[in-house]
Amino acid sequence: MNYLSEELKNELNQGKKTMDNPLNVIIATDCGSTTTKAILIEKVNGEYRQTYRGEAPTTVEAPFNDVTRGVLNAIAEVEELSGRKILDGEKIITPAKDKHGVDIYISTSSAGGGLQMLVAGAVKSMTGESAQRAALGGGAIVMDVLASNDGRLPHQKIERIRGFRPDMILLSGGTDGGTITHVVELAEYIAAANPRPRLGHTYRLPVIYAGNIKARDEITKSLGKIVDLVITDNIRPTLEKENLGPARMKIQDMFMEHVMAQAPGYGKLKEWVGRPIMPTPAAVGYLIEKVAKSQGINALGVDIGGATTDVFSVFETVFNRTVSANLGMSYSVSNVLADAGIKNILRWVPFPFTEKDINNRIKNKMIRPTTIPQTLEDLILEQAICREALRLALDQHKLLAVGLKGVQQERSIADSFKQVESGQSLINMKSLDLLIGSGGVLSHAPRRVQSMLMMMDAFQCEGITRLAVDSIFMMPHLGVLAEVHEAAATEVFEKDCLINLGTCVAVTGTGKPGDDCVSYSLTIGSETFNDSLPFGELKLYPATKDQKVSIEITPKGKYDAGAGLGKTLRAELMGGVAGVVIDTRGRPLALAVKEQDRIDQLKRWFNAMSMYPNI
Amino acid sequence: MAHAYTPGLQVFEKTIVSKTRTLPLKGEVMVKVGDKVTSEQYVARTELPNEVQSINIANLLSIEPVDIHSYMLKKEGEAIKQGEAIAENKPMFGIKLFQKTIPSPIDGTIENISTITGQVLLRMPPRHVELSAYLSGTVTEIEDGFGVTIENQATYIQGIFGIGGEQNGELLVLGDSPSEHLTDKMITPDMKGKIIVGGSYVDGPTLKKANELGISGIIVGGIDAEVIKDWLGYEIGVAITGDEDVTTTLIITEGFGKIPMAQRTYELLKKSHSQKASITGRTQIRAGVMRPEVIIPLAEGADNMVKDTDVSDISGIVIGNTVRIIREPHFGELGEITSLPSELVNIETEAKVRVLEVKLKDGTLAVLPRANVEIIEGLNR
Repeated sequence: MNYLSEELKNELNQGKKTMDNPLNVIIATDCGSTTTKAILIEKVNGEYRQTYRGEAPTTVEAPFNDVTRGVLNAIAEVEELSGRKILDGEKIITPAKDKHGVDIYISTSSAGGGLQMLVAGAVKSMTGESAQRAALGGGAIVMDVLASNDGRLPHQKIERIRGFRPDMILLSGGTDGGTITHVVELAEYIAAANPRPRLGHTYRLPVIYAGNIKARDEITKSLGKIVDLVITDNIRPTLEKENLGPARMKIQDMFMEHVMAQAPGYGKLKEWVGRPIMPTPAAVGYLIEKVAKSQGINALGVDIGGATTDVFSVFETVFNRTVSANLGMSYSVSNVLADAGIKNILRWVPFPFTEKDINNRIKNKMIRPTTIPQTLEDLILEQAICREALRLALDQHKLLAVGLKGVQQERSIADSFKQVESGQSLINMKSLDLLIGSGGVLSHAPRRVQSMLMMMDAFQCEGITRLAVDSIFMMPHLGVLAEVHEAAATEVFEKDCLINLGTCVAVTGTGKPGDDCVSYSLTIGSETFNDSLPFGELKLYPATKDQKVSIEITPKGKYDAGAGLGKTLRAELMGGVAGVVIDTRGRPLALAVKEQDRIDQLKRWFNAMSMYPNI
Repeated sequence: MAHAYTPGLQVFEKTIVSKTRTLPLKGEVMVKVGDKVTSEQYVARTELPNEVQSINIANLLSIEPVDIHSYMLKKEGEAIKQGEAIAENKPMFGIKLFQKTIPSPIDGTIENISTITGQVLLRMPPRHVELSAYLSGTVTEIEDGFGVTIENQATYIQGIFGIGGEQNGELLVLGDSPSEHLTDKMITPDMKGKIIVGGSYVDGPTLKKANELGISGIIVGGIDAEVIKDWLGYEIGVAITGDEDVTTTLIITEGFGKIPMAQRTYELLKKSHSQKASITGRTQIRAGVMRPEVIIPLAEGADNMVKDTDVSDISGIVIGNTVRIIREPHFGELGEITSLPSELVNIETEAKVRVLEVKLKDGTLAVLPRANVEIIEGLNR
């Protein structure tokens, strides 16, 4: 999938950079809500490597009100560290010559709250859901989904539209040639609300219409004079087909041309870049999609930030992204507490805490979001919250990453007793090959094995799953680079971006702790371990990513290691900075009910994984 | 990180406070540059579009949407009264018995008549919105039709977190020290409309009583998170507050738990006892940080205003600065920076971070991540 319109590409290719120019030195920035991160990518000895990085506070808000100041500061840090002169005053020097200049500057942005959208579809579970997927795939945070059948009265819908000040609206509804009543009704509500854009007083709110082609004239009549209306292909031309590409592309074009152009300093930044600025999550999604498709694997990526958690998945080549807008580790940490409940957080903590104390600590993190845990106790609590935030984010992702609803299914006689509805979740942990974590709490965990167990616990991997973390949150930069130079992006992704943690081999099924569960023969390099592990345990075997690792594992009859109940599984595995973990804790993962038993259990697991010092 | 600094809460005894007051939609500004205004005075007003109601006339009259116009008695844009007929059918042979009339459910105007959906949208008359000055002072700028900027010389104190919107009232400092708890026995009915200042903590019963008595505001060092949950009836999930439906605006200056109010904050509030103050609990931690605030306009001196410190002057922390520790294990304590080592240091969690050394009140030294302290602004210049 390509995220740039042909029109835009042509325009760009007539401009500053073309693929004919060799790209040997690339500077890329990601303007985040709080920090602007710059990385330098250079061709060293024939291969692309990420060589230096710099960061500075983002300056999109008062008192600076100019995003480029943060960009210049971050690049200046790269200059200092690399010794390469990149800036000439406020100008980026191009092209590169010796230790001067770069060949291209590219950027992503999520500053100022990212891209906030409202989507509308005729039927909530059909076009409403498709519209939501299109907006999320385009890199947006979806503020609300309006639908004819969402249970709200007309005036409530209108109030809702007016109450939000979105950056953009995506309106869809109806299959091509079908009834136009519902989608026109939604357009009438939007017109009555006369919504104002979040940024800028003077421009009209962009509304993308991607619904029934037969309704285009009526939609134009309703909305044409009130909003900046853009019409594109229907996202659901037939019940059986979802066509999100054109709407996603329009969202990204409009993001840069209309929305971000209103944000302070972006007019200038737009002139500096060699490719259009992409919304950060769109770039990350683009990269994950590319990697999964090129390697023919199922992949799941999660980026847990201070305010939001993004989940990206590619299962059976279908890409999905969700944003849990209020699940995060600082600004939204209190919401994790509200959604998960204090007991769910405490179940991952191997010592007693009072609820009052936890509550106050979490709220103090919310109001002072940049603080870091200093004590081990605080670190363990933060990692417990992370597990719950990830768990909830995946639950939300599963609800949206589904097959199309309302589609007639062909059934054989054998299926006639099964109640399989359309719209089943595409997320199947057993078929997941690669799980990538990103965001401070995962990327900067003091021990890498902590990131591994946090993800294993939260996502409850099944069978064989390779785990990795994004070392310095480089995926946005590489996503936009992939637009320009896919080979360079892929090379840096494999060599510098991903830190392989290792592989988890997890059995599913439930049992009693201590019961016989699996026996296995694990070969790491020249050494072979013939071992067995009872139910309810974890065992870590150090193995680096360069070592050849293979396993033959046989579970007892009621357990499944990935090949089926009681069936032997043989596989090649990949090591990493943590190694290979055999996980016989079962799925769903059950913690002991009695507090002391649970504390003992957690301590045993943490010690088996060498998670923390002195626990 | 280049140009990194650790901003803290602003606490100024004397500074210029400037407040821009903006209408949600274009309207009328009621004052001019140079006018002196009081905090309660209205400075701008506008009309906001009111609620819309819909009636599906086509369904009600059993007609095709495309024919709706010939059944409507009112056109788009026309004013309507509640009960007034807006559409009627055309009974066969004009027999009155079969006449069906659709009355308007509201006063307002006809907004839209749709020939596709058969729906008619009716809009209620606009709502009038008046904007108060909030800060008493001098009007220094007008944004035509949108709002004004008001300035005054004032004592300015930021809190860390608040609940509730703007309030004005006389400040009353209760108790004798910043570590004293504010209790329900300390508040009385004659404090209605006042803003009361406690020490380190306010509990649930006191908060409840303050609301019942109509006390305008409470300013204290700390509160337990569960007290706020009980008070509001829900958990604050994201730190965006200010629109809660509460009588008493709450401002906490230090954080959650029992934490003595910073001495300087307490002293400034004490000095302002019985002065009039403007407060808001509005807090937004993300994207355009907003903290709750207490503004106590100074009696005179509008003519010889001192300029506020520019943010760009905040170049970093230096040895000798007083900082507040904002995370365990010394949460809430104040200390003086004694050393700023440049190398990364392994802390208890095994993370390698930039640290500083702080001398605590009791004379002991503590090594802390730099991210876990904040400068008390206004104290270190």
